[in-house]
Amino acid sequence: MPGNKTDAIDVRNAVKRYGDFTALKRISLTIKDNEFFTLLGPSGCGKTTLLRMIAGFEDVTEGEILLYGDEIESLPPHLRPVNTVFQNYALFPHMTILDNVAFGLEMRGKTKAAARKRAGEMLELVQLSQFAARKPSQLSGGQQQRVALARALAPQPKVLLLDEPLSALDLKLRKAMQLELKHLQRETGITFIFVTHDQEEALTMSDRIAVMSAGKMQQLGSPTEIYERPRNMFVADFIGETNLLEVSVDEVRNGRAVCHLGGGHALTCNSVEGIGEGAKVHMSVRPERLFMSDVPVEAESLKGRVAENIFVGTDISTLVDLAEGPQFIVRTSNSDRGNKRIFEPGSEIFVNMELGAGRLLMD
Amino acid sequence: MAHVNENIKSYRGFRSITLLCLVVLYAPLVIVTIYSFNASQSITNWEGISLRWYADVFTGPESEKFKVAAFNSFTIAIIAATASTAIATLAATAMVRGGNFKLRTVSFGLISLPLMVPEIVTAVATLIFFNAIGFTRGYMTILVAHIAFCIPFAYLPISARMQGIEDSFEQAAMDLYATRRQAFTRILMPLMAPGIISGFLLAFIVSLDDFIITNFVKGAGVETLPTAIFGSVKQGIKPNIMAISTMLLSISIVMVTISYFVSKSDNTK
Repeated sequence: MPGNKTDAIDVRNAVKRYGDFTALKRISLTIKDNEFFTLLGPSGCGKTTLLRMIAGFEDVTEGEILLYGDEIESLPPHLRPVNTVFQNYALFPHMTILDNVAFGLEMRGKTKAAARKRAGEMLELVQLSQFAARKPSQLSGGQQQRVALARALAPQPKVLLLDEPLSALDLKLRKAMQLELKHLQRETGITFIFVTHDQEEALTMSDRIAVMSAGKMQQLGSPTEIYERPRNMFVADFIGETNLLEVSVDEVRNGRAVCHLGGGHALTCNSVEGIGEGAKVHMSVRPERLFMSDVPVEAESLKGRVAENIFVGTDISTLVDLAEGPQFIVRTSNSDRGNKRIFEPGSEIFVNMELGAGRLLMD
Repeated sequence: MAHVNENIKSYRGFRSITLLCLVVLYAPLVIVTIYSFNASQSITNWEGISLRWYADVFTGPESEKFKVAAFNSFTIAIIAATASTAIATLAATAMVRGGNFKLRTVSFGLISLPLMVPEIVTAVATLIFFNAIGFTRGYMTILVAHIAFCIPFAYLPISARMQGIEDSFEQAAMDLYATRRQAFTRILMPLMAPGIISGFLLAFIVSLDDFIITNFVKGAGVETLPTAIFGSVKQGIKPNIMAISTMLLSISIVMVTISYFVSKSDNTK
């Protein structure tokens, strides 16, 4: 089947096996042109393996990988018009910063002078011109990171692959680099494929995210979709914080489900495809979609007792032991304190779900 | 912090044992060096400082013999070190970068075995081998034997160096459009250079100093410095032997020192 020329990367039924171990179990996904795409998952989920298969460092056991419509899975790395920013940067220690950035251009047949000129421009783009003559070891981690970025972008790859490039930086620098990366992606118009295990980073930067676990794709969608409409337990639990309740489904109609808790308390929430009547599943509700009151105010009110209030700067997390269920976290933003109440530990209260806040999940 | 002071220096007798070892190891070298500057004909009576025995090495009755031997020694050392370093570099590349191939442990054992086998055994075996294939003993047999036994000495610093170089550098090079060969010559070789130089120097010294194997495989009339010195000593030790030994010693010290500093210099950080 010919590929679509306008899709940056098309992974079709990709399988990766190492002996008996299957690292990737039939992954298919399409990455659009000019997209900031993130592969997100815990370590060992196969995200880096997939990235390295696109770069050409790992063979594809089964399946195809297409780059703008051309099959590339059998090409060696140096014939693939993609460049990688490595986790440890892998800057050539015996070369100056300028020569590092010029390397890819030279290998592509540019003269030394032309390659250096373009490398100089790239260093300007990442604001490191004054370090051109230094060796990588004389630069800080953040600076090395930007050199690695300039080096990978200099040959104008069709797709830029980033393998957890921010994981070695401290929090402040990481936040700044997240924005810089996003800007760089918009400015250059190059498709970025970003690998990370940090869900917050993924939500901040990505146009779309593929959540992976145990070599399988769990969900693919925009940050909002993935956060607000997780498909299954893994995604709901991995992305952000969530409260889970075991429920039995009584009735499903128009995407809404009526269900009850172990003790019989009835609830209405959003359903997902594939869940039918009689199913015993989990319901997820985000802590910020809950509020507390001394009398039940919504249909979806659960009785409980406040265990603890935890102040975390912008909001307060309240741990509530439910009468009929596990401990819930309720998050109240400090800016919301005018209309949402905080109760002292020990208070008997009701936890109320905003309309449409609860979602059923596939296991 | 007194309780932490379980330092080896605090053991009784540490100082005297250390001194004893140092004396046993280095006193002969020091004495030979000092007496090489002796003005006397005798090797035991000190008659003042002089360079006459150094002059004697180059102009004396035995100078012709030593010149030929030195020429042999240095050409053999240079060729053997170069050849064995090249072979060791390729072997290290295969061993360190070749993935987990079958017989990898066996290969490593085979490469480093000559370091463990008593040299006399290697010498006899080499001699028997040359006889068996009908190789006439002479300059070439010495050269071939030296190339062979120098390989493990060159291999160790080179492979140690290579193990310290992450393969992400080569991957980055190939990712940036370098072919496998370009990644090797432009990235891996420069990073390995300290190991290669250090391996070369070590092989050079081992070849230059070798006596046992050389003595077995050399033909009649072909001498290297160590065998020539041994030949002279058999007719009685003269002070010119001390002079020539001191010169060899200084060459070794210089080489080993360079090798040490080169292998210390880390250009991967």
